[in-house]
Amino acid sequence: MAIRLSTLGSQGPIDYSRRLWLRTMVALTFLLLYTPIITLIIFSFNDSRRNVVWRGFTTKYYVKAWNNDSLIEAFTNSLTIAVISTVISTILGTMIALLLWRFRFPFKAAYEGFMALPIVIPEICMGVAMLAFFSRVGFPTGMPWPLNLSAITIAHIAFSFPFAAIVVRARMAGFNRELEEASRDLGASEWQTFWNVIFPYMKPGVIAGGLLAFTLSLDDFVITFFTSGPDTVTFPVKVYSMVRFSVTPEVNAASTVLVVITVVMTVLAMRLQAPDKTEAH
Amino acid sequence: MESWRDNRFVFWVFALPGTLWLLVFFIAPLAIIWALSFGEQVDLVNVEVTGTLQQYARALTDPVYIQIIWKSIWISALATFLCLVIAYPIAFLISFASTRWKTVLLVAVILPFWINLLIRTYALIAVFRTRGFANFGLEWLYTTAQLDHVFGPFEPLPLLYNNFAVIAGLIYVFMPFMVLPLYASVERLDKSFLEASLDLGASQVRTFFSVTVPLTMPGIVSGIILVFIPCLGSFLTPDLLGGTNAQMIGNVIERQFKAANNWPFGAALSFLLMYATFGALALRAAFAGRKQGMEV
Repeated sequence: MAIRLSTLGSQGPIDYSRRLWLRTMVALTFLLLYTPIITLIIFSFNDSRRNVVWRGFTTKYYVKAWNNDSLIEAFTNSLTIAVISTVISTILGTMIALLLWRFRFPFKAAYEGFMALPIVIPEICMGVAMLAFFSRVGFPTGMPWPLNLSAITIAHIAFSFPFAAIVVRARMAGFNRELEEASRDLGASEWQTFWNVIFPYMKPGVIAGGLLAFTLSLDDFVITFFTSGPDTVTFPVKVYSMVRFSVTPEVNAASTVLVVITVVMTVLAMRLQAPDKTEAH
Repeated sequence: MESWRDNRFVFWVFALPGTLWLLVFFIAPLAIIWALSFGEQVDLVNVEVTGTLQQYARALTDPVYIQIIWKSIWISALATFLCLVIAYPIAFLISFASTRWKTVLLVAVILPFWINLLIRTYALIAVFRTRGFANFGLEWLYTTAQLDHVFGPFEPLPLLYNNFAVIAGLIYVFMPFMVLPLYASVERLDKSFLEASLDLGASQVRTFFSVTVPLTMPGIVSGIILVFIPCLGSFLTPDLLGGTNAQMIGNVIERQFKAANNWPFGAALSFLLMYATFGALALRAAFAGRKQGMEV
C-alpha cells in the first residue's frame, strides 16, 4: 500500500480530471473540433483570394457579400421564414407542452412518440416527403413575396415545434402544481390562472423554445433544399450553391455572420434554460 | 395531473392545432412517399401506384445499390466507432472535472452542434483540399525536416473527395451526440465502485473494462444509436466531402428525386432508411427496458 501511495503522488487513484494524458487528449480533440471554424472566421478577414496564407486584414469580403444582391435576398428570405416559423412553432409547441404537462389521456406514451417523430426520422426522408407532398397537392407556386416562402415555412414549423414543446415541457416539470390549485381556490378563473400564475413561470421556457426554433429554422439546409424553388432560395441553400463552385472569402464572410447570429441565439437560450436560483419555491 | 375528461374543452384547444399540423404537414407527406414506394414511374411526370414491390426488390438486389447500402452501413459504423473512442475520454474528463469546468466543457461540446451543418462541412473543405490547411501544414513540416532533399518535393495528400473525408466529416459533425449520453451515464456511475475495484487490486485498465464500461453501457448504446442513425441518413457530408464514388444512401435518394427523376425508387429507399431508423430506436428502447428490469 505504501508503495502505491508513493507512486501516485498527490493524485488520488480516481482523480481522472488531473491525469495529464487525459487532459492532453481532450484538449487535442477540442482543438481539432474548433480549428476549422475558427480558421474559417479568421480567414474571412484575409486579404487574399487563395485563402491559405495570411496576407493582411481586410473587411472587403464583408462589403462584397453585402453588395451581393442574391446573397442578401437569400438572407432576407431566411430571416423572414425563421421569424414566422418561430412565432407559430412557439405557440404550437407551448400548447402541446401544456397538454402533456396537464392531462392524463389514453395512449399518451404513443402520442409522445408521435410528437417526437419529426425529431428522430432522417432529415432526407422528411425533405423528400415535403417535396412530394407540395407537388402532389398542387401547392401554389410563383406567388408574390413573402407568400412564396410559405411551403418552406410550413415544413420548418413541422420540424421545429416538437423541439419547442420539449423545451417548454422541461421547464414546466419544475412547476409547483399547488400554486395553480391555490389560484383556483382563491377564485381565479382558468384564464386568469393561466396568465397570472402559469405563464410567468413558463416564460423562460417559452423564450428558450422560441430561440431554439429560430436557430433550427435559420440553420436548416436539407429539408429546405427539397422545398425551395429557384425564386425561394434561403441563405444555407445559397451558400451551398456557392460552396459547390469554390471556396471563397466571400462565403467565409457570409458564414461568419450566420455563425455569430446562431451562437448568440444559442448562448441566450442556454442562459434562459438554466435553472434560475432566484425563483426558489 | 388531471384526466382529459375533466376539462374536455381545454384539452382539445391544446391538442388540436399541433396534432393537426403534424398530421397534415408531416404524416400526410410521409404517407405519400410510402404510397409512391409501391408505384412505378410511367412517364416523366406521372407515377402510377400499382402496389408493386419492384422498387424494394431493385434496392435490395441490384448490385449497384446493395454496394451503396453496404458502404453507407460500414462508413456509418466506422464513424460511430471512432466517435465513441474519441468521445469517451471527453465524457470521462467532464464528469470528473470541477463544477465550473464542467459547465465550460459541456458548452464547448454543445456549441459546434448549433453552428450550421453546412458551414461546419464547408470549414472542413478548406482544411482538407489540395491547397488547404492540412496539406499546407504537412508541407511545412516536410520541408522543415528537409525531407524534400531525400524523397523529392512534397506531394499534397488527396484528403478530400474520398471515404476518408466523409468519415472525418461525420465524426466532426456528430461528435456532440456521442459525448452527451456518455457524459450522462458516466455522471450517474457510482464512483465508489471504481475505488473498490482499484482497492481490490485491479489495474486501471481492468477497472475500466470490467467496471466502468459495463456500468456505462446504457450511455454507450444511446450514443452509438444517436450517432449511427444520422450518419446513415446523412446527405450533405458525403455530398460535399465525398467524391463521385463516395456516395451514400442519402445521395442516391436525392438523385432519384432530382436529377434521375425516379420518385418511386427514391421513396422506397427513403422508407428502407426509415425502417432502419425505427429498428435502431426499438433496439435502444428494448435495451433501456432490459437494463431497468435488471436494476429493479
